[in-house]
Amino acid sequence: MAPDPPGDIPRLTPTRRPVPDADHPAEAERRARARMGELVPMPRPANLVGLPSPNDGAEGALADKRLSDVDEWGRSERWRELTRRLYDPLYRHWFRAEWEGLDNIPSDGGALLVANHAGAIPSDAPVIMHGIETELGRPCYGLADHLFKSMPVVGTAWSRVGGVVAHPDNAYRLLREQRQLTLVFPEGTKGPSKRFDERYRLRRFGRGGFVEIAMRAGVPVVPIAVVGAEESMPILHNFSALAKVIGVPYVPLTANMVAFGPVLGPLGAAIYFPAKFKLRVLEPVHFDVAPDQPRYSKSRVMEEAEGIRQQIQEALYDMLRKRQSVWFG
Amino acid sequence: MGKRVLVTGLGTFWGGRVAQALEQDPDVETIVGLDTREPSVELRRTEFVRTDENYSILARIVRATEVDTIVHTFLVLDSSTASGRQMNETNVIGTMNLLAAAGSAGSTVRNVVVKSATLVYGSSIEDPVWFKEETPRSNPPKLRVEQSVIETEGYLRDFAEDNPHVVVSLLRFSNVLGTEITTSISKCLQLPVVPSVLGFDPRFQFVHESDVIRSILYVMDHQLPGVFNVAGDGLLPWSEVAAMCGKRTVPLPPVGIGVLGQMVRRFGIDLPPELLVLLRYGRGVDNRRLTRSGFRYHYTSAGTVQSFNEAVRLRRTVGEGEPDYIYERDVENFFRHSPAVVKDS
Repeated sequence: MAPDPPGDIPRLTPTRRPVPDADHPAEAERRARARMGELVPMPRPANLVGLPSPNDGAEGALADKRLSDVDEWGRSERWRELTRRLYDPLYRHWFRAEWEGLDNIPSDGGALLVANHAGAIPSDAPVIMHGIETELGRPCYGLADHLFKSMPVVGTAWSRVGGVVAHPDNAYRLLREQRQLTLVFPEGTKGPSKRFDERYRLRRFGRGGFVEIAMRAGVPVVPIAVVGAEESMPILHNFSALAKVIGVPYVPLTANMVAFGPVLGPLGAAIYFPAKFKLRVLEPVHFDVAPDQPRYSKSRVMEEAEGIRQQIQEALYDMLRKRQSVWFG
Repeated sequence: MGKRVLVTGLGTFWGGRVAQALEQDPDVETIVGLDTREPSVELRRTEFVRTDENYSILARIVRATEVDTIVHTFLVLDSSTASGRQMNETNVIGTMNLLAAAGSAGSTVRNVVVKSATLVYGSSIEDPVWFKEETPRSNPPKLRVEQSVIETEGYLRDFAEDNPHVVVSLLRFSNVLGTEITTSISKCLQLPVVPSVLGFDPRFQFVHESDVIRSILYVMDHQLPGVFNVAGDGLLPWSEVAAMCGKRTVPLPPVGIGVLGQMVRRFGIDLPPELLVLLRYGRGVDNRRLTRSGFRYHYTSAGTVQSFNEAVRLRRTVGEGEPDYIYERDVENFFRHSPAVVKDS
């Protein structure tokens, strides 16, 4: 059945806006507050003031008395704020994340952020989400495998900090109806499960589902190339037979286990190496197709997906060519 | 000429409420109610027929009363209220016979409204946050109540296909709470502490009992064919639902919870398997198909919980209120048919 046309949703072309000058006192204050965990939006350009926020209730919506701030996706801004506060030192002083081309991320409207994925316990997702929320002041939702949801405590915490099950319906609603920034790793578990000797070589981008979702939602894809995650937790060996028995995507032996395990025990497996993180946001890819179609040409979808994969791959090679040190960038 | 309506499950909470609401409608000429039990609410002009799911009786009643509308509220949607066998008899066999009677030669039925539940979507890790009416389940049903309701819906789909002249509306209701209804969840929320599953805090959706009745009458009035989710706006974490009711949650171990559910049943605590899985993964359904057709909810999910909790508080203070209505056949017959009763024209 064809999806009903969302008549009441204003269509907006995402606007690009330069990142404000860091030396300006207002911007300096905004960044200081963001560092304390607050979600402080960047000042809106004059032509965007007064637009409805994606979270404004629809017409005739009933007011709710709520005791928590957990939204329909399970995300809580309070949890997010606490996480940002705790994570900020790691982001700033451990990984020393450095962004390039942040103004390629639209400051309004939905966009599907697509990045390469690496590290046994992927360190790239929190860095990207934290970075976008603190630097741009926009919430960022992360689509991930549903395996998380089955784990007690982990699954709940994951959804409170902005994790959403990667289901096409979820992505559509986030992007088209709520016009949010949504992060996805098209490599899936094939990215983080690859061994260290295969680092920075992108895996297949699934079946191009992410392109189809972006087309249907009428939003651009913003590719992001991430350098650093591979070295933060390199995989030396995969126990694939064991993984099959337990029913998980992969069971790795990481360099971190070898290095920190003897001193810290099992806790050592969760400690990252302080690799320098560099993130490059590439030009948004717009698809010149009508949104809300029931089907899109598979060949076009695969072509676009492959194009985006190659762009990220090229950017990675370029960044690696310029990198002088794994630890200092 | 007004509508002639047949209501199944007149003795249940829903059948009784629907019949009461229909009696308020001057366009409804005749209301016939079927059940194996006597009505539990006071009805003024509804005719009660004691019957089982037997086909020949149903076909005779449909023919004799010349009803044009059937409201089928008599599905077992909570497995703690009936044994598996009984559930199968009521849901599958009962619906099959009812639809066969409605589709028999010379039948005057032109509208069928069925009250189903969103439990047909299941609840699992792969689910989307919001199910649309056409979203398929993530995996095949394992629970008996789910299988039974899905099978019942299958018969309804066949009926709709075979009888294109009949407007068939299938309403799927999410978890119902309200001022009067008792469900497994309402019982859970009135325990001294509310059970939850350790490490999980899923999001729940609720619909208010009054919105349930209103939506049934709405699709009847507007002759809306098709499947509709009926659920309040918004999702609430289970911990917040408990907190709104002024309760703390007590986590049950995630492993072996089915056995535990059976054990606590001896103490009068109903934790049916469909609730236990909901306590892990929750479920949300997209209610916009019905709102797009013009229906307006009076309660959101949070509003429903609040209304429920206010009713609980009131009952705690003043008790159950007026005594339950008791059905007396002779009295009912006297009021309906005796020439001595003066009727408003």
